[in-house]
Amino acid sequence: MKKATWIRTVVLVGAVGALEIACRTGAIPATMIIAPSAMVVAVVKLLQSDDIGAHIEQTLSAVAIAMSLAIVFGFVIGFILNWVPFLRRAFSPFLAAYYAIPHFAFYPLLIVIFGLGSTPLIVLATVFAMVAMILATMAGLDRVPRVLLKTARIHRLSLLDEIWRVRLPAAAPHLLSGLKLAVAYSFIGVIAGEFILSTSGIGHEIAYSYDNFDNPRMYALILFVLTIVTTFNMAVYAYERRLMRRRGA
Amino acid sequence: MSMTALRSFRDPILVAVSLVVLWQVLHHIAGDVAVTAPAPTLAHLWEMIGQARFVPHLRETGLAFLQALAIACGGGILLGVVLGGHKLTGEVAEPILVGLYSLPKITLYPVILLMFGLGMPAKVAFGALHGIIPVVLFTMNAVRNVNRTYLRTGRVLRLTPAQTAWHILIPATLPEIFSGLRIGFSLTLLGTMLGELFASQRGLGFLLMTAIDLNDVKTILAIAVLISAFAVICNAVLLAIDKHLHRGAAPEITGK
Amino acid sequence: MIAEARLAAVDAPGSVGASHKIHARLDGVTRVYPPRAGHGEVHALGPISFELRAGEFFSVVGPSGCGKSTLLDVLAGLAVPSAGTVEFEGKRVLGEVPDGVGVVFQEDASFPWLTVEDNVAFGLRRSGVDPAEIKRRVDFAIGFMALGDFRRAYPSQLSGGMRQRVCIARTLVLQPRLILLDEPFGALDQQTRLLMGDELLRLWRETSATVLLITHALDEANLLSDRIGVMSARPGRFIDIVETGWPRERDSRLAEGPDFGAVTARLWSFLRAESLRAMGQGSKQGSAPR
Repeated sequence: MKKATWIRTVVLVGAVGALEIACRTGAIPATMIIAPSAMVVAVVKLLQSDDIGAHIEQTLSAVAIAMSLAIVFGFVIGFILNWVPFLRRAFSPFLAAYYAIPHFAFYPLLIVIFGLGSTPLIVLATVFAMVAMILATMAGLDRVPRVLLKTARIHRLSLLDEIWRVRLPAAAPHLLSGLKLAVAYSFIGVIAGEFILSTSGIGHEIAYSYDNFDNPRMYALILFVLTIVTTFNMAVYAYERRLMRRRGA
Repeated sequence: MSMTALRSFRDPILVAVSLVVLWQVLHHIAGDVAVTAPAPTLAHLWEMIGQARFVPHLRETGLAFLQALAIACGGGILLGVVLGGHKLTGEVAEPILVGLYSLPKITLYPVILLMFGLGMPAKVAFGALHGIIPVVLFTMNAVRNVNRTYLRTGRVLRLTPAQTAWHILIPATLPEIFSGLRIGFSLTLLGTMLGELFASQRGLGFLLMTAIDLNDVKTILAIAVLISAFAVICNAVLLAIDKHLHRGAAPEITGK
Repeated sequence: MIAEARLAAVDAPGSVGASHKIHARLDGVTRVYPPRAGHGEVHALGPISFELRAGEFFSVVGPSGCGKSTLLDVLAGLAVPSAGTVEFEGKRVLGEVPDGVGVVFQEDASFPWLTVEDNVAFGLRRSGVDPAEIKRRVDFAIGFMALGDFRRAYPSQLSGGMRQRVCIARTLVLQPRLILLDEPFGALDQQTRLLMGDELLRLWRETSATVLLITHALDEANLLSDRIGVMSARPGRFIDIVETGWPRERDSRLAEGPDFGAVTARLWSFLRAESLRAMGQGSKQGSAPR
């Protein structure tokens, strides 16, 4: 194992251990943060309770749909913007400022258009996550070396072949970063929507536990979400590492 | 040259105009219940800004944002310089930072509230939490990637450490760091706004939530437009500075 | 192996007088880049007219920014001439790479996500050749370029010279009749350059292909070529075409001979003035867009 990896593991384990001790000794009150071991126990209890399944299913399926739509549309739109300089010039300032726009303000509008239920949340999360993918796609395609595109022309590849065999693999590292962000933003979109505007789902349950001072349940839900996201990200990261090792970066 | 400059203004304005047209069309489809028309909304916004009771909210949000931004930028650059300058520390920290960057921090907001209590400090903390990571990452990379030959040139010219910092390190890292600040700006604004939407008693986010509860569409859209316009305009300015700073760098390669 | 059948069909250059078979022809070709940000109209090339003889090794030297690469792009069908015509094997080249033309670039054009083997087979797999034949040709090209130990390696694990061999092998498997090389050894060190030059000569002899090499190294052009075209500063035209008269069987030891220096000297005598002119252009307008 590399020295840095080793130190990092020690640091992380140490931090969790320190938090555990601080909580157990009462240096940090349980009304603020509960001990990590108590969080794990709470997660187990949470997953055994009957009522949570529906919330988890609702949130995760919404996130999964939003994420898939965001990745597909984000890629296609990013590709088009990269292809047409006029559109790129026109939209760039808006894309750069995108994440500062309060998307949730448009939620009432979405309810009127799509009705109550999970559809407006999915639309909100998709629209929210898509731009991360658009930006990553554009960054990736920008950096495809010109000589590789010339090589594609010399091999007389069709447009589709050129995209599939040259542009996509060349842009892959950026597309993967976009993918990771799209996941995070889909979660933000869905959970933030559930926080403020929904009566079910993990986000609503977190807010509800917070309002009722039910810290174990709240921390269990938070840990559950973060674990899922981190697991997904680590899988992408492992794949990324394999890709980059091959390419010698 | 002036032709391109002209176009770089013209095209975004075209998009802005189309957005207003789209807004108008949406208004016709969905009606006043969901979307008020552009003109009355803007008039309402103007009227709101003129009212005395609006000012404290604007001040609250502005102060929260500025404090969060100061922490994100100052703290981010400081941390980034340390992590970029010390190789091992950087290697230890980078994956943790990248991991944190792609976490949905919104889930942590209740924890922030428990730690900082309701009110200004929680908003500031949440905004800074969003903004600081990109600043750290960009600064770290900028410091790491300073061309060693520049530093050797500095030694050949026998510059003092202060001169090296002022004449070599700062100009060499500034463009990258500024790009980080630009992204940090957007994310700090996002974090501050998210923070205001929940469990807040003052600020634009609070007004927005109240309006959503009352289904006051005109106010919702007015505030959304105000914040969006602020975000877009600030970003356009930052982007222009960013481009100016990067002018000496290799020209962008376009995939064509 | 690759083209034994054609070996006999192509005249060995130098051995035949005026009856050369014409392989490719440029007639009054110019290339003008439209005005862009910061630039006025840039007249990059020509008018240029010349004929490439079948089976010859032709090099192009010229001051930097004189349009050498543009010349290659036009000949390969990668760029459309602003005026004039380009012909390859009697057919006009119009904005598309003709069948039978292979190109190797200066930049590393190996695909970093493919192994050496997959890189070499890249073009063949797209062209509907049957798998047994693909394997045969790939094996041959990998053997020819001495890449046998690196079949499963990725380009990042290879040196710059080895990567360039991968790109040459990738061109070789398509059995090109005209090979265009755009400063393929520009990024390599001098020793590697000389050895790669020998290999290029071997490849040229054994495939009987026509080779056009763009280079800025006068010695390299001298050593490798039957004929050398010297280009002027921008807009590039040929100001001289030097016949070296070297035997077909030759390698880098040619540089030891007494005539070698004379040819290089002649090239430089033409090029010196043009290079000075090009430097002047460079400081005034920047280099031509590529």
